[in-house]
Amino acid sequence: MDTSIWRPILYLIGVMAFAGVNAAWLGWCERKGAGHIQRRIGPKEVGPYGLLQPLADGIKLMTKQLLVPQGVDGILFRVAPVLAMIPAITSMVAIPFSATFHARPIELSVLLIFALASIGMMAILLGGWASNNKYSLISAARSVSQNVAYEIPMLITVITIVMLSGSMNLEEIALQQKGGFWNWYIFPIAGQSIAQAIIMPVSFLIFFTCSVAETNRAPFDMAEAESELIAGHMTEYGSMGFGLFMMGEYLNIVVGACLTAILFFGGWDSPLPFIPSGVLWFVLKIYLLIFTFIWIRWTYPRTQIYKLLNLSWKILIPFSLAILLLTAVFIKIEGILI
Amino acid sequence: MTEPILCTPDETFVLNLGPQHPATHGVLRVKLTMDGEYIVEAEPVLGYIHRMHEKMAENGTFAQFMPNTPRMDYLSALSFNQGYCMAVERAAGIEVPERAEYIRTITVELNRISSHLLWWGAFILDLGGFTPLLYAFDDREKILDLLEHVTGSRLTYCYYRFGGVYNDIDDEFITGTREFIKRLRSRMPTLYHDLVTGNIILIKRLKDIGHISPEVCRKYGATGPVLRGSGIEYDVRKNEPYSIYPELDFDIPHYPEGDCMARYMVRMDEIEQSLRIIEQSLDKLPGGPVQAKVPKTLKPPAGDCYAAVEAAKGTFGCRLICDGDKGPYRLKLRSPCFSNLSLFGEIAEGMLLADALAVMGSLDLVIPEIDR
Repeated sequence: MDTSIWRPILYLIGVMAFAGVNAAWLGWCERKGAGHIQRRIGPKEVGPYGLLQPLADGIKLMTKQLLVPQGVDGILFRVAPVLAMIPAITSMVAIPFSATFHARPIELSVLLIFALASIGMMAILLGGWASNNKYSLISAARSVSQNVAYEIPMLITVITIVMLSGSMNLEEIALQQKGGFWNWYIFPIAGQSIAQAIIMPVSFLIFFTCSVAETNRAPFDMAEAESELIAGHMTEYGSMGFGLFMMGEYLNIVVGACLTAILFFGGWDSPLPFIPSGVLWFVLKIYLLIFTFIWIRWTYPRTQIYKLLNLSWKILIPFSLAILLLTAVFIKIEGILI
Repeated sequence: MTEPILCTPDETFVLNLGPQHPATHGVLRVKLTMDGEYIVEAEPVLGYIHRMHEKMAENGTFAQFMPNTPRMDYLSALSFNQGYCMAVERAAGIEVPERAEYIRTITVELNRISSHLLWWGAFILDLGGFTPLLYAFDDREKILDLLEHVTGSRLTYCYYRFGGVYNDIDDEFITGTREFIKRLRSRMPTLYHDLVTGNIILIKRLKDIGHISPEVCRKYGATGPVLRGSGIEYDVRKNEPYSIYPELDFDIPHYPEGDCMARYMVRMDEIEQSLRIIEQSLDKLPGGPVQAKVPKTLKPPAGDCYAAVEAAKGTFGCRLICDGDKGPYRLKLRSPCFSNLSLFGEIAEGMLLADALAVMGSLDLVIPEIDR
């Protein structure tokens, strides 16, 4: 009985350590990746291959003074960066890394993660509002409309998955896809009907687009569009306030990648049945997805806010609804045939 | 207790875009009256780096003003250098040797390409794409190396002299330039057009955004790619030919749409045309001296003359009034970006902030040249 209480606590401590270290070195990965995409070397001075650069950056950020500018809403200004971190860390608890490696089985883990993701958006809203800066305010307004627009198709896509698997438990969803890549929901040739297999890649594309938009990454980084809004909601933040926002952003990317890996790529399942599954597969999948995030960011220019919203309301939402309906029909037909 | 910003839908607020802002590429300030994300009124505020170039010209000799010219438009420094040289040469009646004219054309067109490449990178940066900037700089670096080889400097070239050029070009420069032409030609379609021009996000950001009509161009005196992007085939090199341009075969790219995409395409095509010009000039390059005999202290007769060149951003004009002394009595500079920026206020009205910044990027502004 004792272990069941300590397990989440230990896990949370582990997750926080993982979150901090991961965010710092994802920053390194991003800079190194960007460097190589841009035919540069990237960080190389601090430590071998610049591997100690995040440490140096962290020390710099922590030793800087946390400046609260005049005329800001002091409490909200200080709360916002913390609020960027908390939901992201908390939602890590609900993510199963493998069949045995998770905090505790949560029946409604999908729901929990999406609820927490919505709170994460509050950080940008509060940070932007409290900064008493017009650029930050525009950024806050943008991020709200963007998040509202993109949560809908994302959730509809998730409902499709929930209908297929009949569960809102991430562990259960992952387990249903086990036994090789042909069972994964990205292209489930086995297990589901062929028609279902054909529409699922579209569903994945919608989900992936939405997760890029939800994490405020380029080409959908409306909130911190640097050539328009300086740094958006982070304009007035320095020191660890900025650091926490950055860590929150990277953690959101990790959570997004974890969700994508579990919902569409079978979680910790190995692509071929004779290769043992395990947490390594999961980590490999999420880092491949994260690399895709980085790759996209350093390739495409930014969209414009209304075109971004139109993309969601006019294309992604109708398509995701159609997929949802089709899935329902296919499941029904299958039921009748059997 | 602090006051939060109040903003009801029917209320406008003032947003100071600059003087320090990533998208203004210098110390330009635009006072925007905003309604949400829409611009109600835009007013460019100039003069943050005004350095009195025209007054400096009056105080010194003709030669002393020479190093000022590349400091105005530092991205196409040679065009400004050439414009001033041509004005003084006209006033003093100096004949420039043919080889010097060819060298001027080759170097000025190389400089035009480097200016357009930098604009291309910075423009995509304005639109949120980081990587193309570095690719453009990669090619631009080659031009800078070539120009450094003959002029001695990498950015603010002061290469031309009254009646010629400072330094003759050598075989190393010629072979290097030919290699560069080949390299850029091979990279243009894949790297520049496939990666960026054909990108759906870029097309959606630029097509039908920031329409500038020929009437607006005329009203504000816009020239260069801005005017040609509005469908007017005007280029000083063709319309008032100078130097050796009449002997060369090249086209004036122009697009009738008048949107950001048209201005983008004009500049991309101009790079290709400049390559053609350089190629022909290299083929025809005559021998002979590169510097005419010019007295040490230049004292042109009293008079009034004007010389215009096509700089990378538009028409650069120099009106020189001499009173027989060893310095200009008055030097009026007509710089292209000043006119091109002036129309921004009218175009930006009713636009989204993001689109307005795309339009500003498409004007290709260099702030020191606006303020002079």
